[in-house]
Amino acid sequence: MLFFSFFKTLIDHEVTVELKNDIQIRGTLKSVDQYLNIKLENISVVEEIKYPHLSAVKNVFIRGSVVRYVHLPASAVDVPLLEDATRREAANQAGKAK
Amino acid sequence: MADNGDDGANVSEPLDLVRLLIDEFVFVKLRGDRELKGRLHAYDSHCNLVLGEVEETIYVVEDEDDETDELKTVNRKSEMLFVRGDSVVLISPYSGA
Repeated sequence: MLFFSFFKTLIDHEVTVELKNDIQIRGTLKSVDQYLNIKLENISVVEEIKYPHLSAVKNVFIRGSVVRYVHLPASAVDVPLLEDATRREAANQAGKAK
Repeated sequence: MADNGDDGANVSEPLDLVRLLIDEFVFVKLRGDRELKGRLHAYDSHCNLVLGEVEETIYVVEDEDDETDELKTVNRKSEMLFVRGDSVVLISPYSGA
C-alpha cells in the first residue's frame, strides 16, 4: 500500500517510466492502482529515433510488471514524510507476521 | 540514525536490516547487469524502492569488429528514482568513496 499511496501523491506530475525493454516514456502521471499499473498522458518517447513505434500514441496504460524504474521529480517528493511512512509500513508488516 | 519507537532496534527478519538503512547510502544490485547506489528513502516487502541522488552503472559487452568483446560501463544519474522490486537482487549498505 505504501507505494500505491506514494504514487497517488505524484498524480499530475511529469515522470519518466523506464520499461524492462529499455524504452523510456515521459508523460504526465494520470492514475495508478494497487498493482502499480500506471496511466500516462501526453507521452513522448526518449530516443524516439530508436523506438519509433509509439510516436503516434498520446496516452498509455502501462502494466506494472513491465516497469523497471520510474524517474521522479525530486521536488515533488517529501522525503521525511516518505521515510516515516516507510518505517510505519515496516512496523505494520512486522505486526501482521506475528 | 536514532531509532524511534520501542521495536526500532529489533532485528528479527531480513527486511529489518533494510529498515536500518533508511536515509543511508545503499548499493543495490539489479537484474540485467545493473547496479545502483543512492540514498534509500523508502522500501516495502516486495523490495520496491525509492532512492535519491542515484548513480546507475550498467555493464555492457560490446561486439567489436576485430572480434574482441569489450566490457563497457554506462553511468547515469537520477535525482529521485522508483525501482520495481522484481528487478532487485540485493541491497547492501554502501561503503566507499
